[in-house]
Amino acid sequence: MIVAITGVVLIAFVIGHLLGNLQIFLGPDWVNSYAEHLRALGPLLWAIRIFLLVNLLLHIFYTISLAIENRRARPVHYRKRDYVKATFASRYMAMSGLIVLAFILYHLAHFTVRVTDPRFLLLKADPLNRYDVYSMMVYGFQNIFVSAFYVLGMFLLALHLSHGTSSFFQSLGLNDEKLAPRLAVAGRLLAWLIFVGYTSIPVAVLLHLVKPAQQI
Amino acid sequence: MRFKLKVWRQKDPKAKGKLVEYEAIGVSPNTSFLEMLDVVNEGLVARGEEPIAFDSDCREGICGTCSLTINGEAHGPDHPGAACEVYMRRFKDGATIVVEPFRAKPFPLIKDLVVDRSALDRIVQAGGFVAARAGSAPEANSTLIPKHRADRAMEAAACIGCGACAAACPNASAMLFTAAKVSHLAFLPQGQPERTSRVLKMVTAMDAEGFGNCTNTYECEAVCPAEISASLIAKLNREYVIASLRRNAGE
Ligand code: SF4
Ligand code: FES
Repeated sequence: MIVAITGVVLIAFVIGHLLGNLQIFLGPDWVNSYAEHLRALGPLLWAIRIFLLVNLLLHIFYTISLAIENRRARPVHYRKRDYVKATFASRYMAMSGLIVLAFILYHLAHFTVRVTDPRFLLLKADPLNRYDVYSMMVYGFQNIFVSAFYVLGMFLLALHLSHGTSSFFQSLGLNDEKLAPRLAVAGRLLAWLIFVGYTSIPVAVLLHLVKPAQQI
Repeated sequence: MRFKLKVWRQKDPKAKGKLVEYEAIGVSPNTSFLEMLDVVNEGLVARGEEPIAFDSDCREGICGTCSLTINGEAHGPDHPGAACEVYMRRFKDGATIVVEPFRAKPFPLIKDLVVDRSALDRIVQAGGFVAARAGSAPEANSTLIPKHRADRAMEAAACIGCGACAAACPNASAMLFTAAKVSHLAFLPQGQPERTSRVLKMVTAMDAEGFGNCTNTYECEAVCPAEISASLIAKLNREYVIASLRRNAGE
């Protein structure tokens, strides 16, 4: 239950974050002022960050303890195993989750703390004296390895959510025979829409459809 | 038809088991899987070897005694249906067939393919019944039950308690079984007085047996011979949440 509730908060964040990111297609002014607004929230921003962090930690703690219990529940394994219905995504939630976690850590170091790319220090403020988040994103994604890891991270996130989203309803008992198949499809659709949304950004950068607002 | 069998042999609960190869020759396509094992066993006995131990009773899919994992699927390839309802025509001539027991920590192995599933009985003993004296059958129209409810209760009550759900679950979770047992009483008026305590007790008993947790892979409903729907697990979760709230509110 805790896994489901924390999960849904994290999904809400993933969607909100995506909407923020997609503003890159609206030009530097949009993104930079959006980032400025977020930062202007001050203590509220930190409250949100801490709330998300606690959510994430609870989600991880409870899923890992569940996974350990589940392993213990079958000490002798089948020599031959065949799945009839269980999807790949549903069987490898722990794996996709842990890789997404690694991605999140890197992503924060990269774009929030900005310790992995020395070029970000050279970025000047934009004409309205705001931090030029737009150019930072573009320069960040121009690195093919950064973009590749990003796409991989998003792929596993989508895989994770393709099972996790509808799972939320089942675990809280908000499901029945008629809803179940629809929720399963809706969950998958949402997950892969999120994937397309997020990956559209590095792809657009790599295809030079989105160019930096300043030279460094 | 002829088949190569790889069967899990294990002398007793403590011994180390292994897959042993056997040949099944001259098998009619219309033999059932268990009859085929009977024939193999006759051959073993004739050669003075120990026959393969496996469970079965009704051999028509209603008792839930047979419990084989055939080629990695609980109850074999013919879903929905119990292992006793699988026929050899379902396999390709010359195929290799791997036969293993139901594997889960709460199902300790007794011998070869026979496991002890009394963990499921203990879950039912924890609350899967109506404690009031029922007396003789009441007049049919004295308690009105909408057709839809009666149907849902009947569907849930179809569970034969075989344990395939736990055997097939990647987490060895018995949620489908418990969901069926909790639901069929929750749907009916007779089950109402103990509805809250029943679900709490049965879920506690299930966890105490050491079954894993449900991660909604729905492998259980795919192998269930009684076609119990995993949406009953959502119902179990619902019943559990409501019951917990009620208990905390002191009702
Ligand atoms: S729910 Fe289905 S698979 Fe599980 S014990 Fe009942 S009949 Fe067997
Ligand atoms: S032997 Fe009774 S269900 Fe298979």
